[in-house]
Amino acid sequence: MLLNIVDLHVSINGKEILKGLNLGVNYGEVHAIMGPNGTGKSTLAAAITGREGYEITSGDIIYKGQNIADLSPDVRANLGIFLSFQYPVEIPGVSITNFMRTAINAKREYQGEQPIPAGEFLKKMEEKKKLVDIQSKLTNRSVNEGFSGGEKKKNEIFQMAMLEPQLAILDETDSGLDIDALKVVANGVNALRSEENAFVVITHYQRLLDYIVPDFVHVMYDGKIVKSGSKGLALELEERGYDWIKEQL
Amino acid sequence: MNEEKEKDNIIDEVTSSEYKYGFVTDIETETAAIGLTEDTIHFISKKKNEPEWLLEYRLKAFRYWLTIEEPDWALLKHPPIDYQDIIYYAAPKPKKELESLDEVDPELLDTFNKLGISLDEQKMMTGVAVDAVIDSVSVKTTFQDTLAKHGIIFCSFSDAVQEHPDLVRKYMGTVVPHTDNYFAALNTAVFSDGSFCYIPKGVRCPIELSTYFRINAANTGQFERTLLVADEGAYVSYLEGCTAPQRDENQLHAAIVEIITHDNAEVKYSTVQNWYPGDKNGKGGIYNFVTKRGLCKGANSKISWTQVETGSAITWKYPSCILQGDNSIGEFYSVAVTNNFQQADTGSKMIHIGKNTKSTIISKGISAGKSNNAYRGLVRVSKKADNARNFSQCDSLLLGDKCGAHTFPYIKNNNSTSVVEHEATTSKISEDQLFYCQQRGIDTEKAIGLIVNGYAKEVLNKLPMEFAVEAQKLLAITLEGSVG
Repeated sequence: MLLNIVDLHVSINGKEILKGLNLGVNYGEVHAIMGPNGTGKSTLAAAITGREGYEITSGDIIYKGQNIADLSPDVRANLGIFLSFQYPVEIPGVSITNFMRTAINAKREYQGEQPIPAGEFLKKMEEKKKLVDIQSKLTNRSVNEGFSGGEKKKNEIFQMAMLEPQLAILDETDSGLDIDALKVVANGVNALRSEENAFVVITHYQRLLDYIVPDFVHVMYDGKIVKSGSKGLALELEERGYDWIKEQL
Repeated sequence: MNEEKEKDNIIDEVTSSEYKYGFVTDIETETAAIGLTEDTIHFISKKKNEPEWLLEYRLKAFRYWLTIEEPDWALLKHPPIDYQDIIYYAAPKPKKELESLDEVDPELLDTFNKLGISLDEQKMMTGVAVDAVIDSVSVKTTFQDTLAKHGIIFCSFSDAVQEHPDLVRKYMGTVVPHTDNYFAALNTAVFSDGSFCYIPKGVRCPIELSTYFRINAANTGQFERTLLVADEGAYVSYLEGCTAPQRDENQLHAAIVEIITHDNAEVKYSTVQNWYPGDKNGKGGIYNFVTKRGLCKGANSKISWTQVETGSAITWKYPSCILQGDNSIGEFYSVAVTNNFQQADTGSKMIHIGKNTKSTIISKGISAGKSNNAYRGLVRVSKKADNARNFSQCDSLLLGDKCGAHTFPYIKNNNSTSVVEHEATTSKISEDQLFYCQQRGIDTEKAIGLIVNGYAKEVLNKLPMEFAVEAQKLLAITLEGSVG
């Protein structure tokens, strides 16, 4: 199992948000996490990636057989965990090219490898840019500076393509996207799907799941996963709304 | 001499670890008696075999200095300096006349090698002329012959006094008179050595000139004096970079740099300053009180100051430009970093006198730890300075919540056809930015280095290539342990 979350309890400032969450993700799978606002979807993403301020009070996060709760965010990233942010932040003065090279070399250093040679790096950049339909000049701009919502999300998928993670968490990747941008993003993700990696797609709406078709759909409510099923579950939710889930509990 | 260990630049070695230069060279030093009296001035002048006019100039400055008081308007705090508790001259005793490098005191050469200064053929191939200064005495200058072919004079100030006294006398003190300020008066009285450079008419200096400094003996004030003159149509790019050993006593560094450009001439002056900043508790460290000023005397002339300041316990300097010639241009690009208990009060003065003059000030302050960083700038447009243009941008970046950033911009505009623009921003490295970097596998230290270098990019881009790379490393090193 790539990711095994067992009875996870997470608090922010003493307030418990995740109240015993369980989730198992195998290589090659795409899991969708749905649920109304405030149920802890982003908290789950934050806990897996190691964001400060999210305290694990009990339970385990086992990634590739290792408990990662005590590992710093950069180490978790170097182990192959990637988060596509819901609100990607701007970093003025730091070009995307420089940022990507620093990230790739950080991972290589962690793995005891030599830094990526310039030629190989540039070739990879060109290849992945095409994947997400990014213009060449864009990568000389500062990370996310002046980017539209759609451009920011595409940039996230671009970075994912460059870093080749084993576990990719997409946090509300579809929010703020028009249908065309959505298709581009989805195509990018689908092109990266393989038997060597897995995806956790966090979303409110069914629409994204038309394009990134999940193997499993989980519904979160009040800090836990309360219902799991196949992709059909997402369609049912769309029709009946989240109140239907609440009624069932 | 371990050839493998020789690196082209001191800074590179410094940035690879903690402040390593905690060593002192044990060379026979002939020093002046501690304290400052007219006898001290006579001692210095005699040691350097100076002409009468220079001794008189020193004495004039010293007598003036006695009548004035140390200024206290800066946003700086330090214990009072006892000027009588300083040795004003310390020179390694030369064994004999130095004809070639082979005859240089081997201990001295060893010091240079430890600092990574190489005065041999390898240096020649990189094309950088080095005038190495150690404790007030200049050792043999390399490349004099190569530069001489172009008629370029680049030597120690002391040598210039001996070999080109007319030039020195013509220009010295014309940009920074001895009456300019307290530390200028002191420097004029007791200056030890520095660099002198003269570029003749129409000559573009083919290599970047540079100088290394090192303060050695305890309680020795470092009073460097540098004079750069670019004659009509001349160009030179000059690099100043320095380091100093770890000491417990505070060391005073009161230098003067004067630059003069004639018609159509240009001087680019770049500094990467990394003097010992004091330890984590604010003990020790260099006091860097410097007067740097350029006079754009000629029409269409240009002077650019680019500085990366990461060292010193206290930095007090305002590299400035007097834009006298019509259409002259003055530029000031600065990144000043303070960490732990460092203090900085720095900025620039742009004085517009001629017609159609332009000036640019880009100042990036970075404060961390419990430090204080102040920008102080003056843009003065005189009555007759028609069509003057100034753009100033001073940004402050705060790392943590115990440091301070302050801005004191002064604008004195007396000409209605001029345009003066001023922008200022204050920012922090957000946790979101840090986490974003971390989530991409970049650890906190690297992330701060990345973000800070991005912030300072505009200024770093102005540095000559060799310096730019070291400056980036230096920024990252200076901010180590400042997360918060």
